[in-house]
Amino acid sequence: MPDTVQQNGHGEGAYNYAYLDEQTKRMIRRAILKAVAVPGYQVPFGGREMPLPYGWGTGGIQVTAAIIGRDDTLKVIDQGADDTTNAVSIRRFFARVAGVATTTRTEEATIIQTRHRVPETSLKDGQILVFQVPIPEPLRMLEPRETETRTLHALCEYGVMQVSLYESIARHGRIAKTYNYPVLVNGRYIMSPSPIPKFDNPKLDRNPALQLYGAGREKRIYAVPPYTSVKSLDFEDHPFEIERWTECCALCGSTESFLDEMIVDDTGKRRFICSDTDYCQERQDGQRR
Amino acid sequence: MYVAVKGGETAIAHALELLADRRRGSRDVPELTLDQIDQQLAQSVDRVMTEGSCYDRQLAALAIKQARGDLIEAIFLLRAYRTTLPRFGHSEPIDTSRMSAERRISSTFKDVPGGQVLGPTFDYTHRLLDFSLMANGERPTAPTAPIDAAQIFPRVGDILEREGMLEPPPPADAGVSTQDITRDPLTLPASRPVRLQALARGDEGFLLALGYSTQRGYGNNHPFVGEIRFGAVPVSFVPEELGFPIEIAEIDVTECDMVNQFAGSHDVPPQFTRGYGLAFGHAERKAMAMALVDRALRAEELSEAVISPAQDEEFVLAHSDNVEASGFVQHLKLPHYVDFQSELVVVRALRAEVEARQQQAALDQAAE
Repeated sequence: MPDTVQQNGHGEGAYNYAYLDEQTKRMIRRAILKAVAVPGYQVPFGGREMPLPYGWGTGGIQVTAAIIGRDDTLKVIDQGADDTTNAVSIRRFFARVAGVATTTRTEEATIIQTRHRVPETSLKDGQILVFQVPIPEPLRMLEPRETETRTLHALCEYGVMQVSLYESIARHGRIAKTYNYPVLVNGRYIMSPSPIPKFDNPKLDRNPALQLYGAGREKRIYAVPPYTSVKSLDFEDHPFEIERWTECCALCGSTESFLDEMIVDDTGKRRFICSDTDYCQERQDGQRR
Repeated sequence: MYVAVKGGETAIAHALELLADRRRGSRDVPELTLDQIDQQLAQSVDRVMTEGSCYDRQLAALAIKQARGDLIEAIFLLRAYRTTLPRFGHSEPIDTSRMSAERRISSTFKDVPGGQVLGPTFDYTHRLLDFSLMANGERPTAPTAPIDAAQIFPRVGDILEREGMLEPPPPADAGVSTQDITRDPLTLPASRPVRLQALARGDEGFLLALGYSTQRGYGNNHPFVGEIRFGAVPVSFVPEELGFPIEIAEIDVTECDMVNQFAGSHDVPPQFTRGYGLAFGHAERKAMAMALVDRALRAEELSEAVISPAQDEEFVLAHSDNVEASGFVQHLKLPHYVDFQSELVVVRALRAEVEARQQQAALDQAAE
């Protein structure tokens, strides 16, 4: 049977398609529907132990497992790259338990599971972007208590976040928050975009793709439906801005993409390359043609 | 250099093979059998079953073997397996007063009905390395009194309770099924049954430290061991098609009923209150730590000031799970170079601004 994976040794039979049992998938799908209906609201769900450790993408994996079907094509990236160890591990997991086609090409994928990046290539209608989220609560570092933050969201009482951004300006002359930069979704809920660099925040706004966010350890799912407003918090006199590099990508020459810095020798000589490996490769192939 | 980054898939495959090889260790040493682990590392098996929330000695032994003896890793393996199992229903609550107890002690009374039964305990061992185990651990069978299956040990708590000295256990919510924290998300504030579930699968070390902290004054509740008992209890289940309970298994559990001082409040006269601990197998340290923390977490219910970590429900329940904690602490090993790059960009910009200001200040000073 191509749909299931025989378990070694104990002989207790096979795991269900995409690992999770159908009851659990139904529960997760309900949570996803609720999340889509209330953009940016964190929906508690009965997160399960996954065979990968907490903090390593179990939320994203559960979301993907609940929505993936035989016709899907899956892409998994970590830090923008398809070939980082954890992305490889998660892709292998789904190839094994769901037998789906996998790809590294952004435009071929129907589901893209990501950690810490949004692909540079624009997404289109029908694609789903699944984020792995470590701490879903954007107010957590300002207020550690769940009972409190829930009330703050309910009352739309977000002064504490504005004050923290103001304090950053007072100290540093600018908002020094660089990743996991808070956003306001659909004019209602403040949301953590997961630890993507703020460089990627503008891509979340009115994106044609469905964005699903899964936090396994914290057992929360939230979503941004296609074409929904996502605004990065800022002030009139300190508008939101993204990172810029003076260098370009050493491999494809891009000046538009998010660049990773690598130290290439003992004297600390640096080289910059695209963090999005698929984007970089496509550009290099285009140049060669 | 870029090639090294691309080697992920092969590198992972090799790492897995190497791990399997190291797990086996030197081939000159015979391989461990699951029965050996079950019988001779019994308390490791007990801990893995308790915190793995799955009573199966064979599977727990397998997890310990596969995890190279790393018990938290073994707990993780067992839980990830457990979560895939179909759920047929709930057993009836176990009745520990029907326990065929191998050990039963009370530190509140010199003698209690049924007597003090020491059983197999480390308590009176002198912690001297027994070098005879290096050569040959064979031991003659220990003499035991004939088992009296009919013997019932009344619970010490029940005796105190009849006098009104000890609060009764909370009434069972008839008809209300208790939330299962392995199926539903934890919501706060939590009910006591939910808290007890979380503590039962909570990390022994974490609970031990928290329980200890209450004894040192961080939320002290003046505990006495009302009773600790260890032994086998029957498990009953009501199949829908039958409609009456049938015994389906017998499991070993350790139970701790902690008796704590309580000064009384506006409405309630002074009496003793309870903290409760229960663990699979023989796990007294865990059961006692759990009972201390359970009592500490009842502070609000008993109108005590909530000022210490062990009394703080959200702090305790959010951090007691070692599989969650272990995963999140160790996820720091994952690449974070995108986030770090963003930080580099902003820290460089901030430093450049400071340097520019300092240079300007120096120029201004020179010009004066």
